[in-house]
Amino acid sequence: MKDLNISMVGVGGQGVVSMGIILGNAIAKRGLNVVMSEIHGMAQRGGIVTVDMRIGDVYGPIIPDGKVDIIIGFEALETIRALKRATRETLIIMNTERIIPFTVNIGEEEYPDIEKLIRDLNIKNIVGIDAVEIARRNGNLQSVNMVLLGAAFATDLIPVDQSDIEESIKNQFPERSWNSNLNAFRQGMDQYRILTKAYL
Amino acid sequence: MSLYDVLLNDSGRYFLLGNEAIVRGLIEAGVGAAATYPGTPSSEVGDVLSRIAKKAGIYFEYSTNEIVALEVAAAAAVSGVRAFTFMKHVGLNVASDAFMSISYTGTNSGLVIMTGDDPSMFSSQNEQDNRHYAEFAYMPLIEPSNPQEAKDYLVYSFQISEKYGTPVLFRTTTRISHLRGIVEYGKKMEINRMGHFKKNFEKFTLLPSNAYRQKEKLIERFNKLKDESENSPLNRIEANGSEYGIITSGAAYNSVKDALKELNLNIDILKLGFTYPLPEKKVAEFLRSHRKVIIFEELDPFIETKVRMVAQISGINTQINGKIDGFSPWSYEFNPDRVMDSLSMIFGIERRKRETYGDINLPKRPPVLCPGCPHRATFYAAKLVTKQLRLNDPIFPNDIGCYSLGYQKPYQMSDFLLCMGSSIGSASGFSQVTDQKVISFIGDSTFFHAGIPGLINAVHNNHRLVLIILDNRTTAMTGHQPNPGLPINAYREPATEISIEEIVKAAGVKYVKTVDPYDLKETMIAIREAVNSDGVSVIIAKRECALLRDDRMRKNGTWIIYQVNQDKCTKCMNCVRNFSCPAIFVDKDGNVKIDPVLCDGCGVCSTNLVCAFHAIERVEK
Repeated sequence: MKDLNISMVGVGGQGVVSMGIILGNAIAKRGLNVVMSEIHGMAQRGGIVTVDMRIGDVYGPIIPDGKVDIIIGFEALETIRALKRATRETLIIMNTERIIPFTVNIGEEEYPDIEKLIRDLNIKNIVGIDAVEIARRNGNLQSVNMVLLGAAFATDLIPVDQSDIEESIKNQFPERSWNSNLNAFRQGMDQYRILTKAYL
Repeated sequence: MSLYDVLLNDSGRYFLLGNEAIVRGLIEAGVGAAATYPGTPSSEVGDVLSRIAKKAGIYFEYSTNEIVALEVAAAAAVSGVRAFTFMKHVGLNVASDAFMSISYTGTNSGLVIMTGDDPSMFSSQNEQDNRHYAEFAYMPLIEPSNPQEAKDYLVYSFQISEKYGTPVLFRTTTRISHLRGIVEYGKKMEINRMGHFKKNFEKFTLLPSNAYRQKEKLIERFNKLKDESENSPLNRIEANGSEYGIITSGAAYNSVKDALKELNLNIDILKLGFTYPLPEKKVAEFLRSHRKVIIFEELDPFIETKVRMVAQISGINTQINGKIDGFSPWSYEFNPDRVMDSLSMIFGIERRKRETYGDINLPKRPPVLCPGCPHRATFYAAKLVTKQLRLNDPIFPNDIGCYSLGYQKPYQMSDFLLCMGSSIGSASGFSQVTDQKVISFIGDSTFFHAGIPGLINAVHNNHRLVLIILDNRTTAMTGHQPNPGLPINAYREPATEISIEEIVKAAGVKYVKTVDPYDLKETMIAIREAVNSDGVSVIIAKRECALLRDDRMRKNGTWIIYQVNQDKCTKCMNCVRNFSCPAIFVDKDGNVKIDPVLCDGCGVCSTNLVCAFHAIERVEK
């Protein structure tokens, strides 16, 4: 198997690390080697969170420049920031949510026009998903990460079965939130397939 | 059942964080006592222990600081109970007094001291390389490279500790403690929680005459440890039949392996896990059998200086490359790219880099105080008072905790920050040599850890300063561990609560006032009085961390939020520019809004000291 490198980026409080753990547990269950970095930084909330995951014949968790296969971006600006290490081959899944940094609020900087940036940089390999809306419809705003996990799974690039991930989701959450998280995961899958016309 | 109960299983294969694997190692090593003061990247060891130690039969405590933690563990180890203490790298500075001497006394049962180093300073004030402490104290040093090794090497460390009666320094870095990987369990050992202290005055009482004798024994033991390291399975050669070699350890090993793969290079590797004392014969042999040897280690040339010494003593002229000759960087953690850069330089290989999108100019996202954080209210109140009183360039010494973020705009109330407790000692110095008013900030846990001696010093020496103790009823930044100011211990069971106010009064402070920072008016009055008082005055801004309150209110359904009434909002921007809660934002049309997901309902922004127009209103359900 070819090594697979996934970079998950977002803002503190969005559930980036727990998504990584759920995915990693599912991959580990398959008997594959997987390593993942967690940076538990200064801010409990509001700072940048980056999780690198590597699957295959690898040792450290840090993905070499230009070797990122998939970016799962939990926030628009942070998704663009993660492109620093990405190439034109990198598949980018982006939650379209905007979380305004305080440097923008106090008027020191401007939140960029994301669509214009995508056009200017001529990014083709990107799928934007309104994961917040899907999570909201589901009645669990905390399940944004599961929507994105569903989308990532629907790429068919991750070497696990749907049942592996669903079991891993159940292991991570208390029983009362199984349904909303599983639904979020499945709707994320559907949404990705609709957007990429995989159903056609 | 907690997520961590899997650590107690008899066997299995799990995807564990390095720090979780370390807890499993404690269970497999039969450790009976553990103590710590929380600090990144070591904190999760304690978070996990606080949930499972009782079930596992391990005594575990959060001590007031690292030296106390080490002393607690040392006493257990000399009483026949395997003991463990863990801390962040700078925590070992605090514990260093006991650390240096426990090496002289030695121990009976195993004693392992873990230091979590932080190359690249993800959450630290410096990136000191604590491997030097092993050399400083003649203590064996063990360095794992991944969670599996973290567990296995910890068990091994206890064996070495008991075999030689020496404490062992176990060093992780952020990328090991916070690396998640596959861990295969070994056998659990029965945990022995109770022992008996057999007196041995000459060994354990370090009066000068005893210390004098113990020093010779220490050197004797150290020489025996050299043989142990020489034959240790932790120091292994990965031979690929190359005429080139690499010596590496810890997280650097992972970057080396990944870099070699990227560059398609086959180079022999001497991987050190028992790094100190260095296996000198093995190193000499490795040098002799290679034309060129490169040393890859993060931070200081700890291994490199010793390797060069071996070469010099043994008259080996193999070419050695490392930091000292400029082939590898002295700062920050490694990654595959940095190692590839070094290898390209050494071997003159041209790197074919894949073209990335590269740097795109984007707004920064620095960490901020959370929505509802009581510290924000305190900083806002203090700022207003200093403006009202037109204080001439006041100095704001700050301390280690979430409130260090008072550094950020718009508060900018963190002028001097060195280490735990430095807010008070430095405030005393500033008050003696400047005419500027000094207003210091320290948190509750940090006050217990290192603030009390500074406060007593300030009162005794008649310094002039205002100390604001930000008592958020927890050790928030490291993940909400309890501290002596709370009525609970590490197991979350009842404990004796220590009153900060009583301590401050007992230290002889005349002006002491406890306020609720959410009450901006009351807080401002107290700060004004304190600034106008003579000598040392103390304000305790007491209000539970917002994250803890959020958790509870979400669970019991008492969650409330606020919104901006657009009809009343004059867009004066005071709430945005001066209060600066991350839940308050300006939308694309220039309207001030409150993010309903981020808002934690503290309501401070709705008071007239933030919004004079009463435009921020509670959302009625």
